[in-house]
Amino acid sequence: MALDELKIGGMGASRRRVEDNRFIRGKGRYVDDVVLPGMLHMEILRSPVAHARIKSIDTSAAWEVPGVRLVLTGETMAARNLAWMPTLSYDTQAVLATDKVRFQGQEVAAVIADDPYVAKDACSKIVVEYEQLPVIVNPIQAQDPASPLIRDDKANQTSNKVFDWEIGDQAATDAAFAQADVISEVDLHYPRSHPSPLEPCGSIADYDRSTGKLTVYMTTQAPHIVRAAVAMVAELPEQMIRIISPDLGGGFGNKVPIYPGYVISILASILTERPVKWIEDRTGNLISTGFGRDVYLKGQLALRKDGRILGMRMHTVSDHGAFYADAQPTKFKIGLMHSTFACYDIPAAHLVSEGWYTNKAPGGVAYRCSFRVTEAMFFQERMIQNAAYDLGMDQAEFRRINLVKDDMFPYRTAFGFLTDSGQYQKCLDLGLEAIGYSTFKQEQEEARKRGKLLGIGISTMTEPLGAGNSREYDIIGIKMFDSAELRVHMTGKAILRTGAKTQGQGHETTWAQIVAHELGIPAEDITVEEGDTDTAPFGMGTYASRSTPVAGAAVAMVSRKIRAKARKIAAHLLEVSEEDIEWELGRFYVRGNNERGVTIQDCALAAYSNVPDGLEPGLENNAYYDPPNLTWPFAAYICKVEVDPETGVWDVLKFVAVDDCGVRINPMIVEGQIMGGLTEAYAMASMQYITFDEEGNCIGANFMDYLLPTAWETPGYELYEVVTPCPHHPIGAKGIGECATVGGPAAFVNAVVDALQHTGVRNIDMPMMPNRVYQALTTGKNVSGMPPVLAG
Amino acid sequence: MTSLYETVSPPPGDDVPTNRINLTVNGQLRTMDVEPRLLLVHLLRQGLTLTGTHTGCDTSNCGACTVLFDGRPAKSCTMLAVQADGHSVQTVEGMATSSELDPIQEGFKEEHGLQCGYCTPGMMLAAKALLERNPNPTEDDVRWALSGNLCRCTGYQNIVKAVLWAADKMRAQQN
Repeated sequence: MALDELKIGGMGASRRRVEDNRFIRGKGRYVDDVVLPGMLHMEILRSPVAHARIKSIDTSAAWEVPGVRLVLTGETMAARNLAWMPTLSYDTQAVLATDKVRFQGQEVAAVIADDPYVAKDACSKIVVEYEQLPVIVNPIQAQDPASPLIRDDKANQTSNKVFDWEIGDQAATDAAFAQADVISEVDLHYPRSHPSPLEPCGSIADYDRSTGKLTVYMTTQAPHIVRAAVAMVAELPEQMIRIISPDLGGGFGNKVPIYPGYVISILASILTERPVKWIEDRTGNLISTGFGRDVYLKGQLALRKDGRILGMRMHTVSDHGAFYADAQPTKFKIGLMHSTFACYDIPAAHLVSEGWYTNKAPGGVAYRCSFRVTEAMFFQERMIQNAAYDLGMDQAEFRRINLVKDDMFPYRTAFGFLTDSGQYQKCLDLGLEAIGYSTFKQEQEEARKRGKLLGIGISTMTEPLGAGNSREYDIIGIKMFDSAELRVHMTGKAILRTGAKTQGQGHETTWAQIVAHELGIPAEDITVEEGDTDTAPFGMGTYASRSTPVAGAAVAMVSRKIRAKARKIAAHLLEVSEEDIEWELGRFYVRGNNERGVTIQDCALAAYSNVPDGLEPGLENNAYYDPPNLTWPFAAYICKVEVDPETGVWDVLKFVAVDDCGVRINPMIVEGQIMGGLTEAYAMASMQYITFDEEGNCIGANFMDYLLPTAWETPGYELYEVVTPCPHHPIGAKGIGECATVGGPAAFVNAVVDALQHTGVRNIDMPMMPNRVYQALTTGKNVSGMPPVLAG
Repeated sequence: MTSLYETVSPPPGDDVPTNRINLTVNGQLRTMDVEPRLLLVHLLRQGLTLTGTHTGCDTSNCGACTVLFDGRPAKSCTMLAVQADGHSVQTVEGMATSSELDPIQEGFKEEHGLQCGYCTPGMMLAAKALLERNPNPTEDDVRWALSGNLCRCTGYQNIVKAVLWAADKMRAQQN
């Protein structure tokens, strides 16, 4: 008899998480928990200024502190050709500054000592003489031809521009605008935001001269990419580099780039022949590691009176900080910004993007998003709402008119993406019903009588998750496929390893569910391991919601390879030909005689004890999966807020999330991802404010100033589900980890703007702190979040 | 000698002051000589290898380092080890017995109250202090009691459910 899939923890089971068993006991093993014999401790001295020439560095007093083993500066690094390193976007980044510092918090020197306290003491004794230079804190300043050149280290760099990039059909778009009845315009800033996983970054480098092997414990979401990069930078043979990413205290894109601290700890270990641990403090994390966003938008929609969108134009200007160090697929300089408006049927579109260097920490990491799609979808939904206002049309109706209809799939977007499935209207309608849209106007009227302003914000979007395919997507030339390796032991228990890297997503639980679904081996009999490059198959890691779309698909495919071999063994055990074998969950049986069968566990035992002639022994395999397309989940997020006009404070009265991420492997985990993602959306919309003054000082360099929402402020969410299986994914799943962070912010902003709509306000830049909302209310004007230096 | 020094390191110089402290950690009395500037969280993590207590912000905002200090939640990243002299400290490692989990630990697993697990020990200890003084909290009581602890993964909704789950179970056990 076939097994009950839910009982064995297969697909669709809200299986409780395996990894929790150690986390709830305090037995997680994060980088800082690892202690190696003879380990030294490293501290980094950072620049207090944003742009300055280094005139001298005096480390003599640091060397004299008892317990200090090594002091490193840019000069020491340069002697080993390690003062600069390549980034994941074909730029270079200073490891320790040699010539200039280019942002506040840049790494200037490092001390390695017996004790972390001693290392800190010694750092404070290093004397650096800076000659300060004019500072550029936003791309508008960077555009000025008279502005100082930040990247004077680069031979052919004559301005502060990082790149120009464009896509779309300009002529067709111009023609669409020429025919428009109404042109709707939006001008806004998606501010810098820091992902701030609760665990900062860190590494322990352990170079063993006797074997030549370098082992590095590292907070990385992509250990194999790091191994490749270390092989390039440190000129060590790849087999002699072992990157271990142990438990990660969150990532959110912050742990994708390769940071100077990692590289310095590696050189320090090579020089001292001792393990060297570097653990960043929170301020170090906030001022030097990958930021997200920081993009200015000018957006225009060409509209027909009946509500149809004829064309779309976007011009984005992005602030990348001093080094273009975020990981983007090679072909796409501004990530997948051109996935914007993918859920709408728009005939013509044109996107122009320019990137600029500034004296800020490297920016542009995909903060819980698939390469800039968070900005893309936020811009889209802010433009959509304002277009509805400009047409005088109901915002839900306006979306309904323009959303891609169910019978239009596969649908080619104006920028060339192929969306393949979805039920957009159904999701929207479900959300509208749940929020009580039909009676909202009346509710709004009544609230006004009480002196309160109500607003509804809608955000509908599909986003491209799960890069590659490898034809189009790579990071520094490495194609974006992923992998899984499955070994079934003779007792029918198994170990699975993948090239992804869990950071809280629960892979140890969900990957086993996919194997259970494919093979009928109970999930509890399957161990999942990730993050060790010596044991895991090569993979591109976990970010951009690519685990389930790519590595998860590889898990299904390797399971099918195992099943194909087990079928041959089953035929041998049952003494029939393979063609006469049927499969049901967990067992093979003889066609027409269900009673005569063998279980997958019987086949596993036989693979090691009773192998048919001509068949290799053993039951293990691997799969490299190159997805034919991205997956396209859809979401409708709808938020109802109440604004207090006397204070500008806004409260979420209700938030409804309708997500279609295809088939759900573990509904409990999917819902956890959605609620977590919505909270990061709420955080960006309401309080995560990290900016820079005109001298480039980071305002928000600790959690006293950079506010993250607690349980007290965070609203509750109502979740709903629609399932449109992905047509090309082996188990019909689509990415989900980032949908809520991507689509969520516009729902909050649209709601607050909707509450203020009658005053003529059309935009309040995030974060919508009460003072900004109050300013909008009292002036009836848009509130720009441009840094103060631009306001005058 | 401070508990931070590795055995391979030379002992601290004569000019490094140390203080003798006695404290009870998870029910066990410990006596140690520590530098007066040593933070409690480092004493626990490096000195006693109780690595379930984490550091996330260094400024007592995130609560990953929360321990129970004489039964009340305290941020061990902004306390000196010498302040613990004569006091009792409970960490996550002291929550479960070898055979049984604390209902709060069970609740966090049952209600999916954690993802990356980094905030979890501090969250659970803050919840434990709440349930000891208020066995029947409302959702708002829980949210307020946990407002000194940040979580970046869950959005808190399931953490709140986990604590209410534990409260239910503990009340059922009492009856």
